[in-house]
Amino acid sequence: MNIVLERRLEKARWAVVIVPIASFLLALVFGAVLLLAFGINPLQAYRVMVSGSLGDQYALTETLVKAIPLILTGLAVAIAFRMLFWNIGAEGQLAMGGIGASYVALFLSDSLPDPLTIPVMILMGMLAGALWALIPALLKAYLEVNEILTTLMMNYIAILLVEYLYLGPWRDPEGYGFPGSAPFPQEALLPRLWGRVHLGIIFAVLAAFIIWLIMNRSQWGYEIRLIGENPRAAKYAGIDAKRNMVLVMLLSGALSGLAGMAEVSGIARRLYQGLTVGYGFTAIIVAWMANLNPLGVVFVGAFMGALTVGGDQLQVAMGIPAAVSLVLQGAILFFVLGGWVFINYRIRILRSGKQKQAGELNE
Amino acid sequence: MGESENSYAIQMQGVTKRFPGVVANQAVDLSVERGHVHALLGENGAGKSTLMNVLAGLYQQDEGQICIFGEPVNIQSPKDAIELGIGMVHQHFMLVESLTVAENVILGLYPTGLVINERKVKQELRDLADSYHLNVDLDAYIWQLSVGEQQRVEILKLLYRGAKILILDEPTAVLTPQESDQLIDILHKMASEGKTIIFITHKLHEVMDFSDRVSVLRDGEMIDTRVTSQTTKNELAKLMVGREVLFNFQERAHERGDVVLKVENLKALSDKGLPALKGVSLEVRAGEIVAVAGVAGNGQRELAEAITGLRRVQDGRIWIRGVDITKKNPWQVIKAGLSFIPGDRIGRGLVPNLPISDNLVMKVYRKPPISNGPFIDYQRVEGFSERLVDAFNIITPSVKTNARLLSGGNQQKVVLAREIDASSGALVAVNPSRGLDIGATEAVRKTLLEQRDQGAAILLISGELEEVMQLADRIFVIYEGEFMGELDREEAAVEEIGLMMAGEKRERRTDEISQSSGGQ
Amino acid sequence: MNEAMIVSLLTITIRAGVSLLYATLGEIFTERSGILNLGVEGIMMTGAATAFAVAFHSDSAWLGLGVAMLVGAMMSFTHAFLTITLRADQVVTGLALTLFGTGLASFMGQRLGPGGETMVGLQGPVFPRIPIPVLEDIPILGPSMFNQDVLAYALYLLLPLMWFYLRKTQPGLHLRAVGDNPAAADVLGVPVKLSRYLYTIFGGCLMGVAGAHLSMAYLQGWAQNITGGRGWIAIALVIFATWDPLRAAVGALLFGGINALQFRLQAAGTTIPSSFLNMMPYFFTILVLVLITWGEAVRKRLGAPAALGIPYIREEKH
Repeated sequence: MNIVLERRLEKARWAVVIVPIASFLLALVFGAVLLLAFGINPLQAYRVMVSGSLGDQYALTETLVKAIPLILTGLAVAIAFRMLFWNIGAEGQLAMGGIGASYVALFLSDSLPDPLTIPVMILMGMLAGALWALIPALLKAYLEVNEILTTLMMNYIAILLVEYLYLGPWRDPEGYGFPGSAPFPQEALLPRLWGRVHLGIIFAVLAAFIIWLIMNRSQWGYEIRLIGENPRAAKYAGIDAKRNMVLVMLLSGALSGLAGMAEVSGIARRLYQGLTVGYGFTAIIVAWMANLNPLGVVFVGAFMGALTVGGDQLQVAMGIPAAVSLVLQGAILFFVLGGWVFINYRIRILRSGKQKQAGELNE
Repeated sequence: MGESENSYAIQMQGVTKRFPGVVANQAVDLSVERGHVHALLGENGAGKSTLMNVLAGLYQQDEGQICIFGEPVNIQSPKDAIELGIGMVHQHFMLVESLTVAENVILGLYPTGLVINERKVKQELRDLADSYHLNVDLDAYIWQLSVGEQQRVEILKLLYRGAKILILDEPTAVLTPQESDQLIDILHKMASEGKTIIFITHKLHEVMDFSDRVSVLRDGEMIDTRVTSQTTKNELAKLMVGREVLFNFQERAHERGDVVLKVENLKALSDKGLPALKGVSLEVRAGEIVAVAGVAGNGQRELAEAITGLRRVQDGRIWIRGVDITKKNPWQVIKAGLSFIPGDRIGRGLVPNLPISDNLVMKVYRKPPISNGPFIDYQRVEGFSERLVDAFNIITPSVKTNARLLSGGNQQKVVLAREIDASSGALVAVNPSRGLDIGATEAVRKTLLEQRDQGAAILLISGELEEVMQLADRIFVIYEGEFMGELDREEAAVEEIGLMMAGEKRERRTDEISQSSGGQ
Repeated sequence: MNEAMIVSLLTITIRAGVSLLYATLGEIFTERSGILNLGVEGIMMTGAATAFAVAFHSDSAWLGLGVAMLVGAMMSFTHAFLTITLRADQVVTGLALTLFGTGLASFMGQRLGPGGETMVGLQGPVFPRIPIPVLEDIPILGPSMFNQDVLAYALYLLLPLMWFYLRKTQPGLHLRAVGDNPAAADVLGVPVKLSRYLYTIFGGCLMGVAGAHLSMAYLQGWAQNITGGRGWIAIALVIFATWDPLRAAVGALLFGGINALQFRLQAAGTTIPSSFLNMMPYFFTILVLVLITWGEAVRKRLGAPAALGIPYIREEKH
């Protein structure tokens, strides 16, 4: 007897929906076993997580608050992955976006007309993120330096740069030694819509729609699809892959930069340590779970936001480390990764080698 | 009785091998005597490699028996074949580039136990190599070696595993003439030591020069086996190609117009950085098909890629309708109006995982009406695709079906439809009917002829002689990056082209033909 | 600079280099077989956490080490199963491993102290530094090289052994072939998938050791984010080392040296802000990557296993 993976003739569309859901359920089971092993009642823990993230208005708004950066960085990761540029640097690009926006809020807002402050912050945030992404893009496109490592290293550098700024030159002189910049002036704050949910939620949804438009309706999106699926065919069709790599990374960095801007302006209202809490990494899970689909990112981003808030609630209510939600996220990604195989393959159990040969020939 | 039985190293009887939709070998009989050098002759796609892959254990026959040294055998895997003393050098070498020669040879064995005793291994290998005049540096890495040297490593691998029957798939296709001569010496030496050698080829002069017997395959069937010394090149060429080529859809008067594509003294390097095109020149006029015939690997790919901007041009110039497109990038060449049907359908011509509609607009997506500013109008894409699907009779469930799921013939029709639609009357086509069944082949060729009749200038680069004879108005024969000569179709004889494909320049050839025909 | 200072710099260099080198060697063997495992950071982190927790509660550093290796093996087995058997993307699977491992380690760190409390700030069993008689008397090199912990000494033995295995033995030869041209190896009877499983798991064990060294020898305790990107630097070092164990040792010392310099400057009361000092390893990683890629591109060969990251599926072609 022999178990083989047999390539499907038609992609299994059901898998795109079923696999993420099944993965989530399997991850819950896995998490339950883990919690039990640590002497925690998993049902109780899950109940706390659900009510803490969806149970009342406050919980819902907090979930949306977390969803904003997750959607934006998820989109950033998704478009880069679409053309097989492994941008693991969303976290750093987000941090740079935060720095760019903070610079405007702290030092330029006085000389800017009030209504212009936010737009300039957005611009500077996106620009800073894009430039941070440009470095690994250029290194990859023209020197073939491994982008996984450069984007990752630049995360650490960006995070330390943020630290340097709020501990050093940008530290609030009236902060009584509290590590962080001075609070932003009123005109530099993104208006809040519902609880702590701020205008950034509109940005995120809008961005998802625009990216969807680019990917599915524009010439550029068509070119990105071609490069991602078959670089040789793209070259044959007259498409410049290197130029596109740089452009896509500029967009990717700008999206993460926007996330950073939204975080400092809408939530923290200053530049401080809590800016970089790993959204850029969770974004990888968001993007992959959404199968790199921009509209899917919105839903998965909101879902991951709920998971994150639920984790925080565990800590508050039961004293269980919030890291549980990280473990669950990682486990979900494992199951999704293993599950995607069913989109293109089916499992067949064969009795003899002869049949296997015939099966493979059918390709 | 045992004597006569044993004088055959290989006996294949009624061997049939089918692939989905294709019969690669049809009831083939083949007997090879021990200690002989046996040539297997045939055109591309005649089924030579498939037949030998059955012997080497990569494929299993659907019908038929095989006896090795008189014993009936059942070869299930390459390992079985090796144990029976059968080894094969494939056209694409199976070598690990980052390892040395010696390391490649001992791979998979434990000749000196867990720890490699380098000195002992090398001594053994050197003795073995010397005894067959296989001159190769055992310490060199594979990536440092020429193709000829790599081939010797493959042979050494087989000898080290005790192969008594060696199969070589087009061993000289990738070699320089000097390397070919060396190889031939080595093969002779091995045959004189009692090894049995089968080599697959379509070069007639090699068959004549050093085989004892020759078997000719055509369309998967065994045509005949001859004693080499009792046959001639002309006879073999006829056997290989068929009695006569049918010109079933030729013969319509058509006008030739102005020069559309002009190539002058073009030079380019291969992927390995070796000269692949050594200065070729040609002109294609509106309303004619100019063919470049030749055995695969003689610079055809490089020629097509250099013209279409996909490969760096070293020297020489290319014009389309008088516009210089030398050293332009692929997009500029497309804009200049040159269409290209690449030889590698799946790898380059199509994006298999995208829908047919996405594949059909690859050359026109930038322009209205498909595009509307920076956006693509996908309704128009659908309409456009449906029109092409109808016009070119592409059989598919819908235009949304992924290209991967179509049959080879319909995939090629997608490429053809796209390129002809986008063409402004200039087309480069590489092996447009390779791997297609008869119906699809005919459809593709008819389309090309229609295009010609409508005034297109077509450069057809093909390894299939029949195709060339059916379609071309003029024929260049390429060999090792050079044109061996130019013929008009009317004056071209199959034998003559066959001989030019084997590297004989035209001048020398003409009198030989007249001599041999005078002798008959 | 006096002799004592040089000795102290060298000692820190080696101490900081040990865990880097374990992780790098693990990744070299994994990648040599054709599997890219980007989970190093996660495996090291989980290894560090479990090693410390087990050692703390059992009072045995050795038991901690063993469990860390087991955890490394289990995590890398997950990677192997997903990428080899289920053909999942190697890059994303490795990232998943790191995300998962980071989360798990963080969870354990906050939970596995006495009474379900945090492990931060606890003193646990360590691998002490043991001077080796006679050898430690060699000037400069003696007190720096031969006054280290047992894991460092194990590395002194392991390093030449691994080099020898890779270069001089038949299984080492098969390993190199599997990562470079699996089809060629397969035809000659070398089991491709099995090899990939085994070396990925073996590599994971070494990454577990790397984590254990952090929490039980180098830093002697658990701290949030204890690895600080060392797993990623190890992956960069693999490229720097062009997949060669001996060159990996040079790279590990180089980065250990940067660590030592960082300490030195900090101790000397430099005016450079600590944030910038802490950036040094990451900045140097990028610099080294650019230089090595550029330099090797000039020589046309990076030495990467040709089939790295590409799943091997045996198929009949026609």
